[in-house]
Amino acid sequence: MLTYAVRRLVLAIPTLLFISFVIFMLLQLAPGDPMAQVPLTVPPEVKQMMREALGLGEPPLVQYWKWLVQVFWTEPKVLVDWMTSETALFGWLPDTQLYQDELRVISWQTRSPVMEIVLQRIPQTLWVVGMSYIVGVLIALPIGIYSAYRQYSVFDQAGTFITMVGFSIPPFFTGPLLIVIFSVQMGWFPSIYDTTHEVTDWASFKYQLSQMIMPVMVLALQTTAQLSRYMRASMLDNLNQDYVRTARAKGLSEAIVVMVHVLRNSMIPVVTVIALGVPAIFGGAIITENVFKVNGIGQLLITALFANDLPMVMTLTFIFAFLIVLFNLIADILYGLLDPRIRYD
Amino acid sequence: MTEPVPASPVPIEALKDKGPDKPPRSKWRDVWEQFRKHKGAMVGGAFLLFITLGVLVGPWLWTLDPQALDIRAKDMRPIYTAIWNSEADVGWAHPLGSDQLGRDNLAQLIAGGRASMAVGWAAMLLSLIIGAGIGVVAGYFRKLDGPLMRLTDLFLSLPILPLLLVAVTLFRQPLRANFGPEGGMFILIVTVVGITSWMPTARIVRGDILALKEREFVLAARSIGTRPFQIIKRHLLPNVLSPIMVSATLGLATAIITESALSFLGVGFPSDFPTWGKMLADAVARMEDFPERVMLPGIAISLTVLGVNYLGDGLRDALDPRIRGR
Repeated sequence: MLTYAVRRLVLAIPTLLFISFVIFMLLQLAPGDPMAQVPLTVPPEVKQMMREALGLGEPPLVQYWKWLVQVFWTEPKVLVDWMTSETALFGWLPDTQLYQDELRVISWQTRSPVMEIVLQRIPQTLWVVGMSYIVGVLIALPIGIYSAYRQYSVFDQAGTFITMVGFSIPPFFTGPLLIVIFSVQMGWFPSIYDTTHEVTDWASFKYQLSQMIMPVMVLALQTTAQLSRYMRASMLDNLNQDYVRTARAKGLSEAIVVMVHVLRNSMIPVVTVIALGVPAIFGGAIITENVFKVNGIGQLLITALFANDLPMVMTLTFIFAFLIVLFNLIADILYGLLDPRIRYD
Repeated sequence: MTEPVPASPVPIEALKDKGPDKPPRSKWRDVWEQFRKHKGAMVGGAFLLFITLGVLVGPWLWTLDPQALDIRAKDMRPIYTAIWNSEADVGWAHPLGSDQLGRDNLAQLIAGGRASMAVGWAAMLLSLIIGAGIGVVAGYFRKLDGPLMRLTDLFLSLPILPLLLVAVTLFRQPLRANFGPEGGMFILIVTVVGITSWMPTARIVRGDILALKEREFVLAARSIGTRPFQIIKRHLLPNVLSPIMVSATLGLATAIITESALSFLGVGFPSDFPTWGKMLADAVARMEDFPERVMLPGIAISLTVLGVNYLGDGLRDALDPRIRGR
């Protein structure tokens, strides 16, 4: 198991390098010019110097190398400095001061480090999308368990239909639909997510809850639809096994048979599916964030794309790819750990 | 004298060859019988057929130009609004109403459906061809298995929607210049969706091919000197047809949703070219006054995808020999 994990970790490095190279070369083909908005009175040679100041004068391979150095060497140094000076966890360590004013990855839009903007946006995304994922999982598991236990019952048929519908309705339709019904007609929830809102007392907490409920529900519908189908199929596979009959035959109560014996075995594939969905929390909710005006990571990517902010796009896409590779690895290892029948070596 | 032996001895009763009662049934007939039992799949398939035919012949039945501006007849409501609101601005000239520029909603829905379905079918076919091709080659030729599956893993770890957005925004201009605004966008979206969605098909097909190629009939074919290409074409491909068909339906659903999502985010077809996603996106700003402009394209997308998904569900059941006949 350990050798397998180490081998996968080592394999992940060239994969990530290759992905980042492909994305970088793709972005090199971008037609835009970051100096397009500079007034025409600025002479061309000055514009050329400004381009070179942004790191655009070098050949692509050199640019790629510099980007690699910035992401894998400079940014970790900033991170270590921040951890030893600001956080409580490592604050007792002496301030390392590794970062010596090297050039970090700079956004062309705001001229500030990309990582700082990403860190500003991550809490909103984690709150809304992460919460929706948790809610989705919490709804999906009981539905999947019960509809498998009572296969072909009315509950199962209705559950299958609803998951099918949840599967099919895209979030850019459910989002506006919920806004029309609950913000416009009923007036219960605000249609725009206010990210400047701070939770200080009970009233503001209630407001936070009411502004989160619609985007969370839209995203949770998608998660629920996928996961409950997996859960149901996995439970059905296990309910007909011999060990279930044995457990019943030795007189265990039905609750223990289903909720302990069957559930624990059925959770093995479902846990890996849940792990595989985690990267989408950080980057997948582009459409929902757009509909509800949550200024999270997905919305950041869209605005960066439209503004032709290539360093931002590059770094964000790479972060997504990194998370996907990481959680693929975690899912595979979890599968091996949870299921002793799986041997990787 | 011995008794003359009859020319053909009387067969023993139990071993008598009675002959089949019924004519042999073909596999596809069995599949169809099983498929017919799945009501959702029948309804879904019928609806998909209806939508496809509707967008194909629709422009001849409803001849209004979807892009024609008629500013005097702008902001009309659908005809059914008159049931509860007698003062609503309705008329049989525009049975589903018109938008803020006076373009007919019904004609736009038909034209938008054309775009969505065309993109969906084309992208699905492309991803099937790539996926099945890579899956078959990886499964059959052992030397290519490793590299091709690594490639599949690599594609699976790409962040798809961000990359789609990047690709569409980057390559819009050159393709538009070469193939016209609509043609260029069509090629771009189909290609991009196709080459980012073939991986599940490739994996499933490879798994099936790996199991199939060890079977006796493939060995027999090889022993009489059939070339690998012929083995694949004649013996392997027909046997992996069912997983390919099931992933085709899933691919169609994904392609339709992806195209609409791109249009919704404003990176799809040019702004005067109606698609379902763009109609929805344009209408969101005024959906308090004209909710039908969000509902109609939204329902169209959702029902089509729902139909396709049910069709896939039914196909999976019908094509699975373990379930069939139960």
